Amino acid sequence: MKASVGGYARATDLRHALDLLARSGGMGRVLAGGQSLVAAMNMRLSTGDLLVDITRIDGLRGATLNGDRLRIGALTRHAEVGRDPLIATHAPLLGQAVGHIAHAAIRNRGTIGGALAHADPAAEFPACVLALGGTIHIEGPEGAREVAAEDFFIDVFETAIEEGEILTAISLPVAAAGERQVIRETARRSGDYALAGLCLVRRPSGHRVAVFSAGPRPILAKGAAAALDEGKLDDAVAALQDELDPPSDTQASAAYRRHLAGVLLRRAVADIEGETA
Amino acid sequence: MTEAFRDRIDIALTVNGEPVEARVPAGRHLIDFLRLDLGLTGAHASCEHGVCGACTIRVDGESVRGCLMLAAQADGADVWTVEGLSDTGAVRDLQQAFVERNALQCGFCTPGMLVAAEELLSRGTVPSRTEIREHLSGNYCRCTGYEAIVDAVEGVAIARAGKGAA
Amino acid sequence: MNIPFGNPDRPNSYIGKTVPRPNAGRLVEGRGRYVDDITLPRMTHVVFVRSPHAHARITGIDAAEALKAKGVLRVFTGADLARVCTPWVAVLAHLKGLKSPPQHAIAVDRATWVGEPVAAVVATSRAAAEDGAALVEVGYKLLPAVTDMRSALDDATPVLHDEMGENLAFRRLHEEGDVEAAMASAHKVVSARFRTARHTGVTPEPRSILADWNPAEGQLTVWHATQAPHMMQTVFAKHLDLPEGRVRVICTDVGGSYGIKVHVYPDEVAAVAIAKVMGRPVKFVADRLESFTTDIHARDHEIEARIAVDADGRILAFDVDDWTAIGAYSVYPRTSAIEGNQVVNLCGGPYDFAHYRARTSVVFQNKTPTCQYRAVGHPIAVAVTEGLVDMAAAELGMDPVEIRRRNLFPDDAYPVTSPAKMRFEGLSHHASLDKLIALMDYDALRADQAEARKRGIHRGIGIASFIELTNPSPFMYGIGGARISAQDGCTVRMDPDGSVVALSGVTEQGQGTEAMLSQIVAEGVGVTPDKVRVITGDTQVTPYGGGTWASRGAGIGGEAALQSALALKDSILEVAGAMLQAPKDALDIRAGQVVDSATGEPRMPLEELGRIVYFRGDTLPKGLPRELVQTRHFITSDYPFAFTNGVQASYLEVDTETGMVTLLKHWCVEDCGRIINPQLVDEQIRGGIVQGLGGALFEEIHYDADGQLLNGSMADYLVPMAAEMPDMVIGHVETPTKESLLGAKGAGEAGTAGAPAAVMNAINDALRPFGAQVTEMPFTPERILRALGKIDD
Repeated sequence: MKASVGGYARATDLRHALDLLARSGGMGRVLAGGQSLVAAMNMRLSTGDLLVDITRIDGLRGATLNGDRLRIGALTRHAEVGRDPLIATHAPLLGQAVGHIAHAAIRNRGTIGGALAHADPAAEFPACVLALGGTIHIEGPEGAREVAAEDFFIDVFETAIEEGEILTAISLPVAAAGERQVIRETARRSGDYALAGLCLVRRPSGHRVAVFSAGPRPILAKGAAAALDEGKLDDAVAALQDELDPPSDTQASAAYRRHLAGVLLRRAVADIEGETA
Repeated sequence: MTEAFRDRIDIALTVNGEPVEARVPAGRHLIDFLRLDLGLTGAHASCEHGVCGACTIRVDGESVRGCLMLAAQADGADVWTVEGLSDTGAVRDLQQAFVERNALQCGFCTPGMLVAAEELLSRGTVPSRTEIREHLSGNYCRCTGYEAIVDAVEGVAIARAGKGAA
Repeated sequence: MNIPFGNPDRPNSYIGKTVPRPNAGRLVEGRGRYVDDITLPRMTHVVFVRSPHAHARITGIDAAEALKAKGVLRVFTGADLARVCTPWVAVLAHLKGLKSPPQHAIAVDRATWVGEPVAAVVATSRAAAEDGAALVEVGYKLLPAVTDMRSALDDATPVLHDEMGENLAFRRLHEEGDVEAAMASAHKVVSARFRTARHTGVTPEPRSILADWNPAEGQLTVWHATQAPHMMQTVFAKHLDLPEGRVRVICTDVGGSYGIKVHVYPDEVAAVAIAKVMGRPVKFVADRLESFTTDIHARDHEIEARIAVDADGRILAFDVDDWTAIGAYSVYPRTSAIEGNQVVNLCGGPYDFAHYRARTSVVFQNKTPTCQYRAVGHPIAVAVTEGLVDMAAAELGMDPVEIRRRNLFPDDAYPVTSPAKMRFEGLSHHASLDKLIALMDYDALRADQAEARKRGIHRGIGIASFIELTNPSPFMYGIGGARISAQDGCTVRMDPDGSVVALSGVTEQGQGTEAMLSQIVAEGVGVTPDKVRVITGDTQVTPYGGGTWASRGAGIGGEAALQSALALKDSILEVAGAMLQAPKDALDIRAGQVVDSATGEPRMPLEELGRIVYFRGDTLPKGLPRELVQTRHFITSDYPFAFTNGVQASYLEVDTETGMVTLLKHWCVEDCGRIINPQLVDEQIRGGIVQGLGGALFEEIHYDADGQLLNGSMADYLVPMAAEMPDMVIGHVETPTKESLLGAKGAGEAGTAGAPAAVMNAINDALRPFGAQVTEMPFTPERILRALGKIDD
């Protein structure tokens, strides 16, 4: 099908973009890489949108290091995340995740900010940012605000971004010395959305586990992490089962996804132990 | 709609090295612009939701899904399709390898497949068969079973590496 | 009666060699011409409003708002088109009892599946037509939907078509020998229940048609992505009340068919009918959601089956009960009973046994119609047969190769008639199996499997022998009354410059038809293949033929080409003999030269002969025949079908914690008779294998209990992609059919026929130590884990 779009405007800067959204009468949609939005519009899942193209806005692309925080602009493309040396050093989980996201041509256009704002519960980046304890930076008519990743993802395709706001960046604590980060997922085919996936971070302060494709949003499995902190892997797997709320669909049942998450947790732990050993 | 938003957008870009100016509907994706407005029918619209890869073209040096990028977003871009890549001879060795190895049957996926493969080859290394399969994993071919395509890409990678070394 | 093509040193030896495809260079440069690439002056686009319900009465259609939309020209309802287009009924007389109601181009008062067209919106662009379609208001009164196959015939289930009286479309029972007695006296009886998922073809190029009615000429021209232009010519003429001679169907490049594009689709007929009404070109190109809801589906079967073996592993009997549901209508004109019928015909096919019972029950339901798709019925029959053979071997503690060796028809047994009453002219099961075992190094693979198992890695080897039906005679469709041509023709002509044009009724869908024909004609006439231009896919230009289906292009179309090429050579030599004052028999044509046949000494280039014939005919003897053009048509007549055979093997690894299957390697040895172009045959087989692997591991159309299709996108209906597919080793045995000079049988479907069974057997080989087994395709990770008992709900 062909997209039915209400209108298009190219924002010259962030203020302009916010102004366009404010003037859109609630029909405004932020267009960045477009790899999810244009697909949805082509299927007429969404019609009449007034598109605010933010891709020309300067300063929203690339990674910078500010002390112990790594800031990644919203327009940084998946492929750029995958090859950025700062990200590789300070948030290697994101670089690992890129290899699982769709295919090369999608990664060339899709942006990390778009992936977070779209909040597909099966997507990798939201779970990564959750596992890393990241912060989402949002700009709105009233100015800038920050939302912790734990508070950002609300439901399927639903986030803390209010109408008229734009996600501008994420920031992450840089990996501590000895920190280990690993992502594991099982997908039917390379690049498909995962049947279930799991991010495991082991920090001096303790473990963090985030699971995707296992609920209406990426899920921070605190119980599983606590059990891992105590060195009890079986308990962690058991705790994980209770923390998930996976969907059943044509690809897999909830029961299968629960099982899979447990397998992935064991394998992620083995990965980290293997690295350390 | 406020006046800030337009349902017809003026764009200026280069396509296959030639300057193009056009006014496009806001919702028109790039592959329809190329096919319907410019008559560049080499790349194809097939699934129109970014999954099959038949519309893969090169934009600003990178492979892109032509169905997931709006023509309006291509203002100022440098776009290449199989027609231009053929005219310049940029992928001639790859095209010859596809023909010699019968790495195409119906040919519908081939223009997109060539752009995807060339992106991998342009890295200048000799990728493993697994890497070739992985890189092409977003380009659907129902006819060949992929092996001949992998053979053709592998053969070109080795040949180019040999030339580079010589 | 074969011509021997075995000597590679013979003159003009192009048959049996890999030569490049003449059309490939064009396609890699993006110079293909698919239907959607064609634009005509005043062209319009049609988009269909489709039923969102599986079963509903249409209570009203309000197009007022749609007609106001920018660019919308007309809106048509089913009743509008029924005035210009007659409905069709898809039955065949030889499939006794098959019934189906009349089907219209657009549903008239009742929609019977999600996706059935209920109105058509014509506009100046596809986008405008879609905008208009969204504004058409259709009133529906919901009716109960029939969706479950096995309860379709129950008294409590509503009847889908009142006038049919029941939901049974077709049933056939075939019995040979005494199955019950064989089962009772057997050493072992093994039974299993198999399921094959609903598939669809997912052609890269969606279904596409562009129709242009020129009232001033009384001529309809249709550019159509089809496998059977002449059949479609007949259909359009018949149902739009036009003389057949005034309908021209042109089939340019086609972006994949696999059986999907050989059927009559209501929306395509509607597009042509609308073109006739409006007197303007109308284009319809299905979008991907439409493809999933309206391209034919296939292979939705549930089978309960048993095998009986004696203590030595000899097969005594097969007993097969097959059920399939075909959607709301039997599909025109091939009908939707053929797939079930093939299951009956093909089960047990490679094996020499005595007692056979097979029944197929074909029912209606409110889903997308099913029909013939690559390797019709074969993957089902092969999975049932080979699954049971492996299970019997396991029960007996016998190696899977050994049980096959004990039961395959001996290679010297032919001709032979199978328990299903299929007649085999000449097959090579044992030679093929021997070659396969050598190619895969079976013993080494078993050793690797055992070694891996020690490391907790679970690998499996699966083998599947099969037969494949090719080169069909009129016994497939013609005797049932369908105007589907089993014969095919070729016209070969020499032009003044000595080049040759071949016009063939078979079509090119990418399999290499044009290359194959150019090789045959080049060898037959005595020119190099680059001197041959092949033209296909135009009913006004080519000899009448059936097109491309049932693996008939090389065997039927190729033979017509060979015979016409030999006839042209004869005509040329007659002229040459007169010019050179030599007996015709003393001359030959080699590489475009008339030569002395004994010495090979050049006597005259063909362009010189062409110059004389076409421009200085006055210098030739009066009365000398000088038609440098010959046409021959070919039909098989000794056997209803030319069966081929082959055997495949799969080596794979099962992750018993996630259920994921990794394909490590795949082998196929196939006997398609004469091989015309080895590379093209190998790549047909590879492509076919991967299509079969899709069915084994990924492909499954899902509906809910109300008949809603749940996965109508390429993100949700999983097709095989490059990363998961294995490298494949292909080998051949050549047993030419004696029915033709060429000796070629078909090769395009063998890969698809055998791959799913090989994978199933390999997975079950890997799972055997756990006492687990899967028989429901696709073998998803979840199904495998459930078989292993690792998921608790």
